[in-house]
Amino acid sequence: MTADLTAGIAELGRRLRAGDVTAVELADAALGRVEQVDGELHAFLARTPELARESAAAADAAIRAGNADALAGVPMAVKDVLCLEGVETTAGSKILKGFVPPYTATTVARALAAGAVPVGKTNCDEFAMGSSNENSAYGPVRNPWDLGRVPGGSSGGSAAAVAAGAVAWAFGTDTGGSIRQPAALCGIVGLKPTYGRTSRYGLIAFASSLDHVGCFTRTVADSATVLQAIAGHDPMDSTSSRHPVDDYAAALGGGVKGLRLGVPREYFVEGMEAGVSDAVRAAIAALEKEGAEIVDVSLPRTDYGVAIYYIIAPAEASSNLARMDGVRFGHSAPDAKTVIDQYMRARAEGFGPEVRRRIMIGTYALSSGYYDAYYVKAQKARTLVRQDFDAAFEKVDALVCATSPTVAFELGAKTQDPIAMYLNDVLTIPADLAGVPAISIPCGFSEGLPVGLQVIGPAFREDVVFRVAATYEGITDWSSRVPPLAEAVA
Amino acid sequence: MSAVATGVEAVIGLEVHAELLTQSKMFCACSASYLAGEPNSHTCPVCLGLPGALPVMNRRAIELTIKTALALNCEIAEFSKFDRKNYFYPDLPKGYQISQYDLPISHDGHLDVRTGDHHRRVGITRVHLEEDTGKLTHAGAIHTSQSSLVDLNRAGVPLIEIVSEPDMRSAEEAREYMQRLRQILVWIGVSDGRMEEGSLRCDANVSVRAPGSTELGTKVEVKNMNSFRAVYLALQHEIERQAAALEAGEEIVQETRGWNEAKGVTISQRRKEYADDYRYFPEPDLPPLHLDRALVDRIRAELPELPATRADRLERDLGVSADQADLLTDTVELADYFEAVVATGVPAAEAANWVLGEVSRVLNTGVLVSALTVRPEALGGLVARKLDGTINNNQAKELFAELAGGDTVVATAAAIDEAIQSRGLRQVSDTAELERLVDEAIAAQAKAWEDFRGGNERASGALVGYVMKQTKGQASGPAVTEILRRRAQAG
Repeated sequence: MTADLTAGIAELGRRLRAGDVTAVELADAALGRVEQVDGELHAFLARTPELARESAAAADAAIRAGNADALAGVPMAVKDVLCLEGVETTAGSKILKGFVPPYTATTVARALAAGAVPVGKTNCDEFAMGSSNENSAYGPVRNPWDLGRVPGGSSGGSAAAVAAGAVAWAFGTDTGGSIRQPAALCGIVGLKPTYGRTSRYGLIAFASSLDHVGCFTRTVADSATVLQAIAGHDPMDSTSSRHPVDDYAAALGGGVKGLRLGVPREYFVEGMEAGVSDAVRAAIAALEKEGAEIVDVSLPRTDYGVAIYYIIAPAEASSNLARMDGVRFGHSAPDAKTVIDQYMRARAEGFGPEVRRRIMIGTYALSSGYYDAYYVKAQKARTLVRQDFDAAFEKVDALVCATSPTVAFELGAKTQDPIAMYLNDVLTIPADLAGVPAISIPCGFSEGLPVGLQVIGPAFREDVVFRVAATYEGITDWSSRVPPLAEAVA
Repeated sequence: MSAVATGVEAVIGLEVHAELLTQSKMFCACSASYLAGEPNSHTCPVCLGLPGALPVMNRRAIELTIKTALALNCEIAEFSKFDRKNYFYPDLPKGYQISQYDLPISHDGHLDVRTGDHHRRVGITRVHLEEDTGKLTHAGAIHTSQSSLVDLNRAGVPLIEIVSEPDMRSAEEAREYMQRLRQILVWIGVSDGRMEEGSLRCDANVSVRAPGSTELGTKVEVKNMNSFRAVYLALQHEIERQAAALEAGEEIVQETRGWNEAKGVTISQRRKEYADDYRYFPEPDLPPLHLDRALVDRIRAELPELPATRADRLERDLGVSADQADLLTDTVELADYFEAVVATGVPAAEAANWVLGEVSRVLNTGVLVSALTVRPEALGGLVARKLDGTINNNQAKELFAELAGGDTVVATAAAIDEAIQSRGLRQVSDTAELERLVDEAIAAQAKAWEDFRGGNERASGALVGYVMKQTKGQASGPAVTEILRRRAQAG
């Protein structure tokens, strides 16, 4: 059991330093577990055994020398939208099949520098566009709690890998909820930091002004540990912030006594499952019992979030994805007769239907004659959403609410209805539009499936988010629950 | 002004692109010297447009843009931003060009030009900053060629676009504007101004109308003008083409035409039946630009005296002619050289003659001012020795040519004196010696002497020439002529 990866970063780190297990043993255990479970989960697009063992050996040396960093020797995985030098990186798309980046994303490089042991690249919705992982060109990921259900998306592979105990933690990215929603649906912790807190350099862009790099972990403390390692200004990303990085571990034990926690009344949306709202209300009551003052607040523009998002994100995506033209890398049409033919075929063959749909929506929204009516108006409305949060945070220290209105749904349940799929992100999109930090932590079960509690804080107040989340985690044992699949292999 | 036979008035506006002289590219650390390496050797994930790569602004490029804008009398915007211009082309790796759309770094400036005695102030609409594209090499048109070679060394090189108002009224004026603009860009060190190599490029919007009309005709965009001469010839041709079309009752079609140097005509490239839709939107990977007043003030303070101002000063303070002042301020290096010669104490008129004569002759062989072996202090010394009669004019010119053609740097007046001495140069002005030689000349050139005495001044040439020959060119020409005059008067 010393190599049980559901133990999390802190516990595995303790065992490594105590000499109970070596990083190479952990790496082998992780690779073995990927081998065991991934036939069913399909959480991984690429495995990196050599890199894992190499990194593990280096971590073991650092541990023996007594100068190991917090992530040293702990197996982890990288969502396939983040570049890892020398390893095929596809973003879940056929158009990037065979693309091997010559450089590593800043956040990944920082994790590697802190001793992290990467065992592979995880499956995701194509270019992170989706809420169920069913848009991956390489096939869907399955939820470890119920293989007939989706893990959520777009970072479904990372969420499933951590939930199934294949790795102790994983990188995710969140543009409209792509970390928090799968974390909720898979029963683990998912953090989306403040926009600009983590570098986007090396993250294959979906929507530049909305993309956030974050992580999946077993515990809130582990989430703080990962953020501590990867956060901070990056000279390669002009939108990364110079705001000082707080000591997150120090914030964990503060409790919620004296904190004012807002419950946005608009967040108990129509269509929310009773099991979800019951679990979330119970969690809020538990926080109140711990001494938090619960305050009813309003975020009146919540309703517009999805509409705003589906203008701005596709608009930016239509431009960001233009570089996938088959000229320098990825899928191309070498027998095309003309340059136009080459573009049309490379892109028509390379992109999946949801990506094509969003490119068309975005191209339309930016077109002359429609730009003011769509893009400009959406940007103005986005400012109003941000002001909703500003106003709320004048009254409260953090917001608590559900992460997803539903638990994990069945594969195929929403694939024919894009709007129904989009509405699954109604509770996560606003924090992306406002750029404020948010976390999803397990807060119970509904029909045997995990429910997530979302904690949203003011910009650059990840410390407050962690404090509230850690307090809740400390008074419940939801985080220690593992799916039967993980128990079976442990 | 060139009169177009059919009596129409041309309306011309120019869009000029200049690559900035920065060490690195606009949004990455790659070298901006794209001609220096093998194709695609000056590239990185950012300028290759690889997935996940992000742009970071080149501060120097922004400063050079501000410098250019100030030299063109523009207003600098306190708040500016970059935008994406979206279109597909294989020389554009990201599928969009990072440019500036509605909030450029600067706007509303002007540049004064003169053609003959006619002065015109040409409005500068804006100066903005963007990135250059890569280079494609293919046979014929890309749409019919079997393949195209893509070199991205140039992709991402900082490029400024200087847009003029449609204020020019002739091809000559447009050429003059380009020449003045290039002079300034090179003068302030932001561009190397090489039109043939494409580091400075010019597109024109041309229309014609009845003289006196205030309405604008249908404009045609003219491209591919790679020299000042091409700008003049292409626009002259285009104006005449449009005038002839109107004369013939045809309508001008809004289109892009390329100048074909070999055929001497503009050729239709692309009809603009509907406007291009570049789907501009604010570049989300770059924060907006807040240009600090202090930065703008510092750049303004560092701006050198500009060519037109300097030419005025040379004319006013040093008394050189307007034409000379214009020529002396062709480049900042030449103007500096000239003023350094004057600073040695020789008269400005004399210094101007030397710089525009002997010095320019050497520069015209391709030598840079900075590489001239005869430095201004030495030239000042040389001219002084001519003026004080130590050597004569021919000797001075020959010595200059010899020293300027050598490899040794001559940087002082003392070095000139040494050169004069070591070569045994001296001007024979010993009167007794010259009187004796004039006697010989009169005896040897009796016919010339008779003519000269008879009032033919030009006949003195043969007599002076004789004396020069006898002294191996060292006689003082004016002194010999003086003796001849005196003798002739004496009868």
